[in-house]
Amino acid sequence: MKKKGSKELMDKADILLAEIRTLAQSPFSIMEVCGTHTVAIAKNALRELLPKTIRLISGPGCPVCVTDNSDIDRYLYLAAQPNVMTVTFGDMIRVPGTKKNLQELRAEGADVRVVYSTQDALALARQNPSKEVVFLGIGFETTVPTVAVSIEIAKREGLSNYSVLSMHKVVPPVLKMLAEDDQLVVDAFLDPGHVCSIIGTGPIEFMAKDYGKPGVVTGFEALDILEGIVMLLRQRSEGRSEIEIQYQRVARAEGNPHAKQFIEKVFEPIDTFWRGMGLIPQSGLGIREDYGAWDAARKFALPVFHSQETPGCRCGEVLKGLIYPTECPLFARHCTPMKPVGPCMVSTEGSCAAYHRYSQRSVD
Amino acid sequence: MCLAIPAKIVTIDGSMAKVDMMGNERIVSIDLVPEVVMGEYVLIHAGFAISIIDDESAKETEELLLEVAKAYEEEGQ
Ligand code: SF4
Repeated sequence: MKKKGSKELMDKADILLAEIRTLAQSPFSIMEVCGTHTVAIAKNALRELLPKTIRLISGPGCPVCVTDNSDIDRYLYLAAQPNVMTVTFGDMIRVPGTKKNLQELRAEGADVRVVYSTQDALALARQNPSKEVVFLGIGFETTVPTVAVSIEIAKREGLSNYSVLSMHKVVPPVLKMLAEDDQLVVDAFLDPGHVCSIIGTGPIEFMAKDYGKPGVVTGFEALDILEGIVMLLRQRSEGRSEIEIQYQRVARAEGNPHAKQFIEKVFEPIDTFWRGMGLIPQSGLGIREDYGAWDAARKFALPVFHSQETPGCRCGEVLKGLIYPTECPLFARHCTPMKPVGPCMVSTEGSCAAYHRYSQRSVD
Repeated sequence: MCLAIPAKIVTIDGSMAKVDMMGNERIVSIDLVPEVVMGEYVLIHAGFAISIIDDESAKETEELLLEVAKAYEEEGQ
C-alpha cells in the first residue's frame, strides 16, 4: 500500500496484515499464478509488508512470457509474408524471436498493426479486403472468448480475409504440472480472478482435492490480495484444502456460461509447448475444423519451428517460481525493459519487468 | 494481459454497448454477457464486457478504485 493512501483503506490493510502476522507463525509459500497479481504485488510493495514467513512466488500467468520461441518464430515468419497484415495486442510487438521482433519487421516494411480489441482486428479485415489480416491469438481464458467471438463473427459475415493464429493457453493443466513438480515448493495458490470469472472454480477444484493445494480466487487491488492471503492462511490453520473465492464481486463458482460456450464452440484442447516448461498435455487451444477457414495455421500451411530458448535467459525457471528474477545473472545488467533479452522482461506483466520497474521497493 | 476494468452500461445497441469507464465513454461488445441491462456494472477486457459485477459491491469497487487512483495522484505518480 502507498503510504499516503486514504485512511479507511489503510485501516483495512492494517487489520488484514495483523491477521496475517498472527496466522503466519511458520513458513508458508504462496504462488500468485497471474501476471496481473505479480504487478499489483510489486507496485504496492506487498512483499515488504508481509512477515518473512510468507513467501510470494510468481507463477506462469503472463501469456506473452510463456509463449514458446518456436511459436514466436512462427508468427514472425508469417508476418514477413507478402500481403499479410499482422494484427496484435501491444504486448507482443517487442518480444524477441530467434532473429528479430515484430517492431523490427515492421521497420523493414511488414504491415503490423496494434489493436486494443478483436473488434478492431475485424474492422481492419473489413477495410482491407485485398489483405490477409491475421490476428495473433495469445492469452488465457480471459482473452480467448473475445477471440472466439471474432472468429464466429467472421464466419457469420463470410469475412474470408480474417484469420487467427491460435497460441492460446489454458490455466488448469499448468497448475497440475506445477502441483506434480517435486522441485517446486508451493503450499497454496492465489488463483487468477479474471480467468476464473470465465471458467469458474470447477476446473481447478482438483488442486485442492487431489493435490492438497488450497487456492483462493483473488482480485487485483492490494486489499484483495491481502484478503486472499488471509483466506489461505485460515484454511491452513483450520486444516482445510478448498478453492474459495475472495473476488466475489466478479468471479462466480460457475464462471461465465456464455463465454465458456464460445470457447467450446470455436476451440479444442491441444498439447502445446510452454516456455521453459516443455510440452504440457491439453494445455493449448487449437481452432476446430468447422472454423478451419479462419485458422491461420491451416490457411497458410505454416511450418513448425523448433527454436532454441534464448541463451542465458532464465525465464523458464522464473515462470516455474524456481528462481526470483533478481537471481538471473542478466537481470538489470544485460536485460532491461528498454533492451529485453527474454519475454519476462518485455511484457509489462512479466515477473522480470515487474521486479525491474518497482525494484527499489520490491526486490528481496 | 488479463487486466480488466469496471464500467457502467449506459446504452445498449444489439451486441454493442456504450459504457462509462470511470468518466470515459467507450463502445464495447456485450456478446459474452448478453443478459446485461442498462445501469449494471461490467468488467471490460480487451473491448469486451466479460463479467457482470455484483450490484452490491459494484459501487464499492468503483469507490475503492477512485480512492486508489487518488492516492496515487497524491504520490505524484
Ligand atoms: S532478467 Fe531477462 S534474461 Fe533474465 S530471466 Fe528475466 S527476461 Fe530472461
